[in-house]
Amino acid sequence: MAATTDWALRESHLYDRRTIAEIQRAAREGIYDIRGFGAKRWLPHFDDLLFLGASVSRYPLEGYRERCATDVVLGTRFAKRPLELAIPVTIAGMSFGALSAQAKEALGRGASAVGTSTTTGDGGMTPEEREHSRLLVYQLLPSRYGMNPDDLRRADAIEVVVGQGAKPGGGGMLLGHKISDRVAEMRDLPRGIDQRSACRHPDWTGPDDLEIKLHELREITDWQKPIFVKVGATRTYYDTQLAVKAGADVIVLDGMQGGTAATQDVFIEHVGIPTLAAIPLAVEALQELGMHREVQLVVSGGIRTGADVAKALALGADAVSIGVAALVAMGDNSAEHDDAYRELGSAAGFYDDWQAGRDPVGISTQDDELAARFDPELGGRLLANYLRVLTLETQTLARACGKSHVHNLEPEDLVALTIEAALMARVPLAGMQQGLLDELAERVAARLGGNP
Amino acid sequence: MSVTAAVETVETVDLATTPLRELNQRLHDLAGRPGPTRWRILHPNGAHAVACGLDAELEVEIEGHVGYYAAGMNKRATVRIHGNAGTGVAENMMSGRVVVDGGASQSAGATGRGGLLVVHGSAAARCGISMKGIDIVVRGDVGHLSAFMAQTGTLVVCGDAGDALGDSIYEARVYVAGAVNGLGADCVEKELREEHVDQLRLLLAAAELDDVDPTGFRRYGSARELYTFKVDNAGSY
Repeated sequence: MAATTDWALRESHLYDRRTIAEIQRAAREGIYDIRGFGAKRWLPHFDDLLFLGASVSRYPLEGYRERCATDVVLGTRFAKRPLELAIPVTIAGMSFGALSAQAKEALGRGASAVGTSTTTGDGGMTPEEREHSRLLVYQLLPSRYGMNPDDLRRADAIEVVVGQGAKPGGGGMLLGHKISDRVAEMRDLPRGIDQRSACRHPDWTGPDDLEIKLHELREITDWQKPIFVKVGATRTYYDTQLAVKAGADVIVLDGMQGGTAATQDVFIEHVGIPTLAAIPLAVEALQELGMHREVQLVVSGGIRTGADVAKALALGADAVSIGVAALVAMGDNSAEHDDAYRELGSAAGFYDDWQAGRDPVGISTQDDELAARFDPELGGRLLANYLRVLTLETQTLARACGKSHVHNLEPEDLVALTIEAALMARVPLAGMQQGLLDELAERVAARLGGNP
Repeated sequence: MSVTAAVETVETVDLATTPLRELNQRLHDLAGRPGPTRWRILHPNGAHAVACGLDAELEVEIEGHVGYYAAGMNKRATVRIHGNAGTGVAENMMSGRVVVDGGASQSAGATGRGGLLVVHGSAAARCGISMKGIDIVVRGDVGHLSAFMAQTGTLVVCGDAGDALGDSIYEARVYVAGAVNGLGADCVEKELREEHVDQLRLLLAAAELDDVDPTGFRRYGSARELYTFKVDNAGSY
């Protein structure tokens, strides 16, 4: 009898090994999978877009000689002191609790070194991150852990978090083993218990209430600070219009590829829409209100390279925000720690148990010994370097398209590689006449009743 | 020879003629600076965010009804509302005292981290939601989901409590003198011991509710069964 070779085996597409393993894990443990990181499934993304460089009909800027500006001002609508950034890349909200104090400090150091902002997270503002962040955005979340008016006044901007791309419509859970004495004290809860972060704000519901809430925050801070409203990408067109109507200075739009410290896998992979699909909806909403560029749009969720930055800006964003990529830049999932990851049952490049608090790199942990492994000065330098590269790459692409400011990038500079990306991003399929795509889009819209 | 008594003047601001922004700015300017400490605010007419973000030992009397977030995030000041208060009165209060002579709408004292909120009427739904150290005394009733996810601090209800009282409560204490329409997940009745009566006596005195008997309350708090997620408790969520 001939031996069976691997070539004769056929793996089910429906029940592949990963699916079988998850079904059996669920049967064994009786609880859903909670993990960190972001969506791991394939999704239409910026990789499905390409830039049309300059040619006969357009002329480029000289790569190393001609200036291509990168400055951004956020919060020009109402705030007396808008946030002035040197680059269009900011650091997204990540909590002390989810991250070690050292990691938070490094985020501040790295961002400050290149003239951009970082953001607090659920759990409040730590002195370390305030000290090391020249520009710090203070989040107002449903849990209000650590919320106090002194920090509100100490902040450079305020971000009202309605939702997060990894889990729009969901709250959060900081598991008990990450609740150190310090985290517990900041959150007014006992050490060691699971800390639930609510999914709804405790004192407002809906856009009319939100308008009054934003007014209160402005009154408390004497109209000094820009107020951002962060939404997870779902009904983006309506969310954007309602947030603008409520008085937001800045919309922060987090696509479903956005990261999380701890969320159910089923939530991460199955709720929300891709960043690529969300941006044009937000831009359309802003343009219809005559508020595009008046209310700035910050986009996050899967920004990894300068190409991603440039494409987001070309689609109409004013800036982007990074979370997972910033942690990776500082060493998360680094190959040099592969042995340590394998001891935890994972491997470099796959590690997503940020909720567990056993991060061997010292980033997503509250364990003193593990956190001490992370050098905040080195982490800050790594992050600063990475942010510089993102900026240089963005400028390179902008110059190639003949732009003297990265904000001059526009949808007309882009084409798509797939029909899905073309329809989502509303740019032509590469090599295809725009008219044909418009016709296709109109047919699709007609079938959907014109509902964006 | 003339004798002049040191009589502190009361600064009066009429919101019918003075913009709210100007009032709040003048009150904020007193943080860490000398100035009038007694204030009287006329014709609030349901305005939102009146006297929010104070950070000084002021005494502020508001003559009428206020809208949302009156005395929000208060520190150190005493704010007395001679009328009803809208949603989120004294939300996230840090210290000081806020007194509502009438009723309070939903989310009164939400996420408050310190100080004392007194409501002489009744408070609507979600009174003391996510409270984090504030003490709240309500002369009348409270609505459903009061003390929802309440972390620390004390809610005293001299009347009745609506459905789902103390749902998912952490370490906060809840005292109710009247009927409780229903307890939320993980909230249970606990023994009222002498130490609790002493606490009630102090809080009622601080709230100037001298006619309420501190021994006539029941105590509620967390069963602590949901502190760590267990699949066996899935039916409780």
